[in-house]
Amino acid sequence: MRVALFVTCVNDALYPGTGIAVVRLLERLGVTVDFPAAQSCCGQAVYNTGYRYETEPLVRRTARAFEGYRYVVTPSGSCAAMVREQYPRIGRRAAAEGRGGELAELAAGLAPRVYELTEFLVDVLGVTDVGAYFPHRVAYHPSCHGLRALGLGDRPRRLLAAVRGLELRELEGAEECCGFGGTFALKNPDVSVAMGVDKVRAVGASGADVLCGGDNSCLAHLGGLLDRRGQAVRAVHLAEVLAATEERPWPGTLRERGSRW
Amino acid sequence: MAGDVARTGVTVVSGAFLGMPAFPEAARAAVHDATLRANLRHATRTIRDKRARAVAELADFPQLRAAGHAVKDHTLRHLDTYLLRLEAAVTAAGGTVHWAADAAEANRIVTELVLATGEREAVKVKSMATQETGLNEALAEAGIRAYETDLAELIVQLGHDRPSHILVPAIHRNRSEIRDIFRAEMGGWGRPAPEGLGDDPRELAEAARLHLREKFLRAKVGISGANFMVAETGTLVVLESEGNGRMCLTLPETLISVVGIEKVVPTFRDLEIFLQTLPRSATAERMNPYTTLWTGTTDGDGPRTFHLVLLDNGRTDTLADDVGRQALRCIRCSACLNVCPVYERAGGHAYGSVYPGPIGAILSPQLRGTASGIDASLPFASTLCGACYEVCPVGIDIPEVLVHLRERIVQGGPVTRAGARVRIRPARGHAAERAAVRAARLLLDRPTALHTAERLLARARRLRHLPGPGRAWTDTRALPAVPAEPFRDWWRREREPQR
Repeated sequence: MRVALFVTCVNDALYPGTGIAVVRLLERLGVTVDFPAAQSCCGQAVYNTGYRYETEPLVRRTARAFEGYRYVVTPSGSCAAMVREQYPRIGRRAAAEGRGGELAELAAGLAPRVYELTEFLVDVLGVTDVGAYFPHRVAYHPSCHGLRALGLGDRPRRLLAAVRGLELRELEGAEECCGFGGTFALKNPDVSVAMGVDKVRAVGASGADVLCGGDNSCLAHLGGLLDRRGQAVRAVHLAEVLAATEERPWPGTLRERGSRW
Repeated sequence: MAGDVARTGVTVVSGAFLGMPAFPEAARAAVHDATLRANLRHATRTIRDKRARAVAELADFPQLRAAGHAVKDHTLRHLDTYLLRLEAAVTAAGGTVHWAADAAEANRIVTELVLATGEREAVKVKSMATQETGLNEALAEAGIRAYETDLAELIVQLGHDRPSHILVPAIHRNRSEIRDIFRAEMGGWGRPAPEGLGDDPRELAEAARLHLREKFLRAKVGISGANFMVAETGTLVVLESEGNGRMCLTLPETLISVVGIEKVVPTFRDLEIFLQTLPRSATAERMNPYTTLWTGTTDGDGPRTFHLVLLDNGRTDTLADDVGRQALRCIRCSACLNVCPVYERAGGHAYGSVYPGPIGAILSPQLRGTASGIDASLPFASTLCGACYEVCPVGIDIPEVLVHLRERIVQGGPVTRAGARVRIRPARGHAAERAAVRAARLLLDRPTALHTAERLLARARRLRHLPGPGRAWTDTRALPAVPAEPFRDWWRREREPQR
């Protein structure tokens, strides 16, 4: 099976370790991974801030970049939700404004082929035990778009439960938003941080030493708070947890070139 | 006539909230008010869990939600027809129907009706429509005292305060604050608080009961809103918990109801949906304690005179927007407020409107327009987490409308104001952001340029504090450690040669 990796702009620029982890994990499961270089950003932050017209070229680019792939896999619930929920909406608005059906067609063609990583693993590959080893106490934060827009349900927790050495800790108020919210974090910093602080307090109370999630943007916000507050908890993307094995353990945050992954 | 309302409506809203700071500034004070945070956290979390249990009891709740959505959409699509049908039915049952294009017209009509009775006071049922029009203030200017009789509204009125929640307007107050308000203020409005009043909820409720009873028994005029109006029969419906509404709706000689035009439903049968979904979504009750229905007037039973004031005040303008109009499905249950993590921390007052929380963030900028600082900031007062949409008993996709209104604010575009189609310009204060978004988009649409930018970023990776707007992040949150190379470079080095 051959899939296209939709790594997302945030992961490309700031969290290459997550992209590398997806490649390692899928290859370990016998999947051939391509990385179409024409991809860039899905446009979510631009669209959610109100700039629909500026989003349209990115819809077009993303749809064209992944043409011909039956499966497009992304380690981000919110980027997957952007393509699945908002792309068709953007296409319909353009058509309603008398600007033709091109965007709507591109959106309709791409949307059903995009899979968030845990959907692809559980629904398409049919695996929950991916052979991972991660000897840490882990709390899982289900990000809002994965939880409510995609309806990921218990897929991430089932995957985590099958990881050897991993102790899953209950996170109180897990389903509540962490306060990131894209440009919300900058436009309403006080409320954003108040929400984030409540979340990292719950993480602290859970006894976990790793906070795991499926969206690095939320983890950047929470990780930034954990760091400033001096809490000894690391924020780690779910893909990195699932990619870790006894032979090739999680290398820590990938700061250096030529990392051990 | 409904059509006339659409053509002549000029929205004038209560002055109480004019001059409000934009949401982020208003929320800042609330976030750092420990008492307020504790009051709200306790109250919203309690009701949140209870609602979830009450809704989970009904196996067909998703179907009820879909039915409520469909009935409301159908009614809004044929609103003119149903409003005329309602007018005919209310008139035939002995009531008088008045049409108010805006808040000022509604207040003028009600003031004249009260003055015509010769009375100078009225008892009020809790009503969002009259809060929206600022009726109490308008009546006061005409020398008429309007007494709020809902316990929480009484607390707000006695405390010279503003409501901060649709259903629980005094949610920001705890019981010792309420005791202090009762002790200090009740005497100025009527029967004073009992000597040595404590803060036990039962004692507080009894004090309110004694204070209100003399008003119920004396008042000749009652003023209400309504949760629903049935076009087929001309019946109005009020759902409540305390019984004060029943008193106000039955004891006075004259009853005046001010109701938003979107509250109409076609048939009596339609109530079966909302009488199930509203109480469970609002107070987490299977059924609310008091449901009062009345149809015009009846000799020897209840008010002898009944006036219905139908309020537009921006509603037909909202109806003209094909994305935003879904906000008019709202049945004011407050479930979206109770689950909203932003509301829980910012409090209701920060929204600068009688409609706070997620529904307020999409309703206020549509009813009032987006010209003021507060209205232009409300659509951004959300993380788009979607919890509000999940609980809404009429399926209002609040995040969709929020993004739609953000677009209206930053890009401008066509809107309907006072019945006329106009094109509004982008709001001020977004010029730098617009330029940044445009630059980002140009960069993101050119992977080669993006790649160069990523490499530049890798060189600036030791940055700890960002300048300008970025400070909003780095003042409180560490930046992610920027990697030495982007994913693309790893892929090119590690994987491309194999192909």
